[in-house]
Amino acid sequence: MADQRIEPILAKSAASGASVIPAPIVVVAVPKLGRPKGLGHLLERENVLAGVLLAPTLVILTLFIAYPFVLGIWLAVSDKVVGRPGNFVGLHNFWVNLNDSIFLRAFQNTFVYTFIATILKLMLGMAAALLLNQHFRFKRIVRASMLLPWIVPTVLSTLAWQWMFDATFSVFNWMLMNAGIISQRILWLGDGTLAMGCLITVNVWRGMPFFAITLLAGLQTVNPDLHEAAEIDGANAWQRFWRVTLPLIKPIMLVVVLFSMIATFADFQLIYVLTRGGPYSSTHVFGTYAYEIAMRAAKLGQGASISLFLFPFLLMVIVFQLWYIRRGD
Amino acid sequence: MAESESVASINRRVFLKAAGVVTGAAVAGGIPGIVAAQKAPSFPKGTRLSILEWVSFVPASDVEFKRLAAEFGKLAGVEVTADLINMNDLNPRIASAIETKAGPDIIMMINNWPHLYADGLADVDDVAEEIAKRDGGFYDISRRINMVDGRWKAAPFTMGSGVWNYREDWFKEVGANKFPDTWDELRKVGTALKKKNLPIGQAFGHSLGDPNSWAYAVTWCFGATEIDDKGKVVINSKETIEALKFTVAFWKDCLDDGGLAWDDSNNNRAFLAGTISATINGASIYFVAKRQFPEIAKAMNHAHMPKGPAGRFYYQGGQAHGVMKYSKNQQVAKEFLRWFMDRPQYDKYIAANDGYVGGPTPYWEKHPLWEKDPKLVTFRDAPKFGRWTGYPGQPSRKASEALVKYILVDMYAQAIKGMKPEDAARWAEAELKKAYA
Repeated sequence: MADQRIEPILAKSAASGASVIPAPIVVVAVPKLGRPKGLGHLLERENVLAGVLLAPTLVILTLFIAYPFVLGIWLAVSDKVVGRPGNFVGLHNFWVNLNDSIFLRAFQNTFVYTFIATILKLMLGMAAALLLNQHFRFKRIVRASMLLPWIVPTVLSTLAWQWMFDATFSVFNWMLMNAGIISQRILWLGDGTLAMGCLITVNVWRGMPFFAITLLAGLQTVNPDLHEAAEIDGANAWQRFWRVTLPLIKPIMLVVVLFSMIATFADFQLIYVLTRGGPYSSTHVFGTYAYEIAMRAAKLGQGASISLFLFPFLLMVIVFQLWYIRRGD
Repeated sequence: MAESESVASINRRVFLKAAGVVTGAAVAGGIPGIVAAQKAPSFPKGTRLSILEWVSFVPASDVEFKRLAAEFGKLAGVEVTADLINMNDLNPRIASAIETKAGPDIIMMINNWPHLYADGLADVDDVAEEIAKRDGGFYDISRRINMVDGRWKAAPFTMGSGVWNYREDWFKEVGANKFPDTWDELRKVGTALKKKNLPIGQAFGHSLGDPNSWAYAVTWCFGATEIDDKGKVVINSKETIEALKFTVAFWKDCLDDGGLAWDDSNNNRAFLAGTISATINGASIYFVAKRQFPEIAKAMNHAHMPKGPAGRFYYQGGQAHGVMKYSKNQQVAKEFLRWFMDRPQYDKYIAANDGYVGGPTPYWEKHPLWEKDPKLVTFRDAPKFGRWTGYPGQPSRKASEALVKYILVDMYAQAIKGMKPEDAARWAEAELKKAYA
């Protein structure tokens, strides 16, 4: 410790439970100090230094994650409307939700949407990752372009999908009709079940590259020797994937699934742009219904209680997955 | 064209002269502030005024609004900023402004929002009453949506209506020389049109305007309402069931079956693409047609909502300006509204709108703009038949909850999808009881 210069320190914060925001990276630069006197001396003590280094992260976490979260909980147990102070009403808002047929539909939709979309994203993402892990020409360009759906702002890409599902001008209908497969147009967003299928399709299209690229990174960490050894032992391609690849990339796979589930559960933009929860409230999810109630009916308390219905479930998912990953370690 | 423009400009001069006489009378009556002085008052140096508005569907309207705001700034020595944002983004902006007690001094209020945000709005009784006195009174709906518990919470600004846009040529082909005056007649004509593969278009999905234009207006036309004047839910009535039966029949006989998937923009595109023969909409279809599809503009016209057993009704839109309670510039804000709503200024604004919106008082029905294009006259007269969410009760927060849950729209949509009308009415009753609890 002769040199008192302290290098910039990367302090990574753990992602919060309900948040899908990537962990913020905080760069703390402490100026070069002279001889260990005063503050410098103080910083030599490990617990003080640790406190100083953690403080910015703690402040950011408190300000941007803990405070909104606590405020959200307070709103959910209050009768707060825009412009009026809220009163504590206990679990009344949650009781109202459970007696609201539109909320119950949104509840069911959120689960259907999340589970089907996540499973499809995992399967397709894995398939894409395995393909991208092969050697072929223009490999890098193809890998980079895979990420496009994930990079384009959701609202923009969803507007394009809106055109493709348009009742009058759908390009899918045009193709299917010209191919002689259908004689009457399909109203993609005009039927509850079909509309939900369309929403899942767009979500999968958008989210699959995230799976593919992350799983590809996992695949590249698998030692080729293991595959070679398995091949010599007579394992076929499926067995090599199932017995060698999958167990090795399981931790990364679970992390991707965890992130994706959280993001899909809390999805809003895609559904709000495509259907706004219609037709006949058949595609509402927690996010869209909470927005209508909190913002357009100005019932902040009730809206927060709809959003917060996610929390216990997400917490369970996170606890289970983290436990599972640690157990693997 | 040149001739009609010159007629219009002469009429406008006569109109403004008359306006001046009335304003002069107002001065004699002692109305304070800038109206009396005919110029904007001065404020301490450095005074700022911030206004938040929607982006109008008529670009010239936004240009004129900003120009007038800047003119007020110069006259009053105030730094004025006018931010224009998408209508859909106004709700969150208003909520955060009121909650944080910081933001624009004036915010546009749409439909019944003054009831929704009453606690965050300053009273503007003086401004509103001044306009009412000068113009001889507001439309009933302007008063209803902007007055909360006897106080004006926003100063009425404009009225926006969705009326029937229809292809005169195609209607004539099936024997309708004018747009039908009753729903039953429209159904007959619509049936003939759909047989010619020219259906009528109506959205029943979730979007802010068009689906509600049908759901609320048709319910009222058949004599049904969500609640009575005391706020009791009365939707489950034989009138509602009749309205539902009519809508289901109209859907099968006359409407484009894409409607359940439509939002507010689909009917515009379908009409301009020539795949539908009629639809309820603002003047935006006509304006676009005039610019890009002159043959459609020539072949189309506008007409009133048909009459049902209970009469003619519109689910009427209206805009107003709220002065925010947290604002430290309330006086400046009110003076701006006074000045803007005064005739010399408002005349220019309403003229720039070309009939897309009308004034908040029947006085503006006499504006020469309505003589420029007879095809827009329907928009002038629609607000007289306009009603609000929650009619005949108050356009309250509870009415908003019913609106954002799309209860009436979904009642019709579910009936269209096969739910028995009686069951759909019962479903709506149960949901409305929760919203109005």
